[in-house]
Amino acid sequence: MKRLTLALLSACALAVAQQHPAIAIRNAKIVTVAGPAIARGTVVVRDGLIEAVGDNVQAPADAMVIEGEGLTVYPGLIDAMSNWGQAGAPAAATGAAGRGGRGAITTTAAPAAATPAAAPARGPEDRPQTTSWVKIADEISATDRRIETARSAGFTTAVTFPQRGIFGGQGAIIDLLTGEKPGEMIVSSPVGQYIALGRGGFGGGGGGYPSSLMGYIAYVRQIYLDAGHYKLVKETYAKNPRGMTRPDYDRALEGVLDSPRILLPANRLVEIDRMLRFAAELKQPTILYGGRETFRPEAAALLKKNNTPVLLSLRWPEKARDTDPEEEDSMRTLETRDKAALAPGVLNKAGVRWAFYSDGIDAARDLQRAVKKAVDAGLPREDALRALTLSPAEIYGVQDRLGSIEKGKIANLVVTRGDLFDDRTRVEHIIVDGRKYAPVPEAPGGGRGPATEDQNNPGGMR
Amino acid sequence: MKRALLAALLAAAPACAETYVIQNATIMTVAKGTLKGSVVVRDGKIVEVGEKVTVPSGAKIIDASNQYVIPGIIDCHSHIAGDGGINEGSVSVSSMVDIKDIINPEDVAIYRALAGGVTTANILHGSANAIGGKTLPLKMRWGKDAEGMIFEGATPGIKFALGENPKRQGNPVGGRGGATATPARYPATRMGVEDVIREAFVEAKAYKAEWDAWDAKKTGIPPRKDLKLEALKEVLEGKRYVHAHCYRADEILMLLRVADEFGFKIRTLQHVLEGYKVAKEIAAHGAGASTFSDWWSYKMEAFDAIPYNATLMMRKGVLVSINSDDAEQMRHLNVEAGKAMKYGGATETEALAMVTLNPAKQLGVENRVGSIEVGKDADLVIYDKFPLSDYAKVQKVFIDGNVYFDRDNEVSGRPAKAAEKQKLIDKEKQIQSQRPQTGGRRGGQ
Repeated sequence: MKRLTLALLSACALAVAQQHPAIAIRNAKIVTVAGPAIARGTVVVRDGLIEAVGDNVQAPADAMVIEGEGLTVYPGLIDAMSNWGQAGAPAAATGAAGRGGRGAITTTAAPAAATPAAAPARGPEDRPQTTSWVKIADEISATDRRIETARSAGFTTAVTFPQRGIFGGQGAIIDLLTGEKPGEMIVSSPVGQYIALGRGGFGGGGGGYPSSLMGYIAYVRQIYLDAGHYKLVKETYAKNPRGMTRPDYDRALEGVLDSPRILLPANRLVEIDRMLRFAAELKQPTILYGGRETFRPEAAALLKKNNTPVLLSLRWPEKARDTDPEEEDSMRTLETRDKAALAPGVLNKAGVRWAFYSDGIDAARDLQRAVKKAVDAGLPREDALRALTLSPAEIYGVQDRLGSIEKGKIANLVVTRGDLFDDRTRVEHIIVDGRKYAPVPEAPGGGRGPATEDQNNPGGMR
Repeated sequence: MKRALLAALLAAAPACAETYVIQNATIMTVAKGTLKGSVVVRDGKIVEVGEKVTVPSGAKIIDASNQYVIPGIIDCHSHIAGDGGINEGSVSVSSMVDIKDIINPEDVAIYRALAGGVTTANILHGSANAIGGKTLPLKMRWGKDAEGMIFEGATPGIKFALGENPKRQGNPVGGRGGATATPARYPATRMGVEDVIREAFVEAKAYKAEWDAWDAKKTGIPPRKDLKLEALKEVLEGKRYVHAHCYRADEILMLLRVADEFGFKIRTLQHVLEGYKVAKEIAAHGAGASTFSDWWSYKMEAFDAIPYNATLMMRKGVLVSINSDDAEQMRHLNVEAGKAMKYGGATETEALAMVTLNPAKQLGVENRVGSIEVGKDADLVIYDKFPLSDYAKVQKVFIDGNVYFDRDNEVSGRPAKAAEKQKLIDKEKQIQSQRPQTGGRRGGQ
């Protein structure tokens, strides 16, 4: 019996080992992000972790060896705010601005989290557009096709949020595996509550509270007042329930109380100012997302003063192609389009913590182009890399496991031929949790085809 | 230490305005008649007004020969400078929402209002529901952030609305229950509007009683804070002014009676086009009236309006102001006030007071603004001609002793601004012509 168990155990161990053999990438340039780049060195990956890295590291005998001559190894890229890994996730919306959020919807299945269409809300008591209790970690879809396309652009990790409604729910950091069990993908959960101040995904019409920006803000404020009160009542009851009316269970408030931080939308300078004040009032650790006008030094200064990080959308503002040629944009709009990509430099100079996020862009080529735009505007490559690796890890407090090539961290790597942000660079390998993936081939037409590869429609007929 | 010093400097910033002497002007003080002379402005305040003044050393001299100086214009009813809608019309009582949360200091209407001599505006929630959102007066400090726009220390308000607007959503287009996108929202009649207000205050009184009881002993778990009722509690406590949109005499009387019954005051009746019919009752309640000069017949409840309304109400002892309710009209409130001289024979000072001192009193800020008197904020407008006229153009506008609008600078700066803009347009066109047609890219702007 004992022997049988032992035999079974060793068989299991063997199975694991066979599934994910140790990998050694040798004689490659290694950009660790944590410290200076190693001109010629070796990274060893085992059991999903970085076992060793350095210029004096030997490839273990049992490791699968990748000859790294001419290759560069980077930490896997992190999308700091995403909806990858979700079935039927609506496009990421840019919240307050409410524009530019028209991403592709991949499948038609509605997430289980969606509340059925009900009568219009009559006030905050009806908890309108709220699914704060949803943990996206419970609803990760390992079959989301964007996992593959994003990985092909070098992304190994995404901070993915449920993005419907005002209180969308709680996000999770996931590794972009093509796994069988979604549970394998979760790195950390919950990581924060996604808040939008617009009808994100819940559809307009129908009316109901709230319907204006001030209504959204008042609702969020009331929720936090209620949460504080709810907590107090619950604690009092827990101490001595005898003789006290049992408080009602409120899942909306449970979800809010359970969130380690909140994410608030802010694109314009005015919105950044408004949301920073709001966050201070709510007394919640906060990350702002959007950041379109952070190229304005006043905006960066405000973020610095409040010590609040910002997630910068990779969906740079552009003039829509179908606008009336006679129509003239305001100076403000023109200036924003002209200078938006300078934001990273301004934020760095001000000492603001920031990171990039995909904001609904999910095709490899588009993601690369979007980052390139900032590099072309003067962002040093190492800063661009940091904004997609260690910075998001720090913002979410997971720099102890993600974001750089250091011993003991999760083995998320991207191996390229050429510099990561160059036009002609090829991603050769992607390693996620120690598992090696090859990039999916680009769409026909040398990558200049449709921005979103239409996997469901291989014939190209629409 | 350095930091504390900096903070102190910043805090004192409004008081650090330059010292100005506006000389040789016709000064319409509103409070103390009109005189030819000078105004001395220091540390953001008016420090001297008279035919002869002592010129402080280092003061900037502004020669206003043949020009007029009036107190900054105050608009008691405006909807500019807000982001994301000024109506929370989804519910009949939306007193939880606050204009303060959505101030947009970059709204160009602010600058345009300045160019029309407006220095303070009461930014109101819309009139979609019987009890609307919280409101507040702003100073038109163009260039400051949202917080910097707020008229510090001013009593905040709340918008109420009677009549056609709040009952409209009870009667959706296509009829109730008909083929319409939005379901009907109570109320659908003037009776219903009254009921909504009554019900809200019944609730607010109970809420206030609950809090008062807790405040008296402050032990145990405090009651739940309800933002909707909190605002109405403040109304009951006199800490928040009610600005009520109304038209017809009957609904005006209704509201005054409801307020008397529940023990709160209506600070201003807004529009109040039939106010002349019930002026005595309005005066007895102590409500102010903020009306249009000669705008009427744009809907049924506005048919009985007369342009004599403002002066008639004033003669019956009502505190009357003339407002804009409109970003365009806001830019010529001086002319709107002038109409009170034609219709009803208000004097120059009485007419000017309708857009300066009277709205200041209605907003409870008359100790700060509204007239040219020593000690008041240096909110001043210089006109090239007699201000209550179509021909008058605003030359300079001061707020807190700082110049926020200067006509000469504005006009001379236009070519440079236009050139800068053209440069950006050309640059973008060039980039667009070079860019390959990638099709799928979506602009985010």
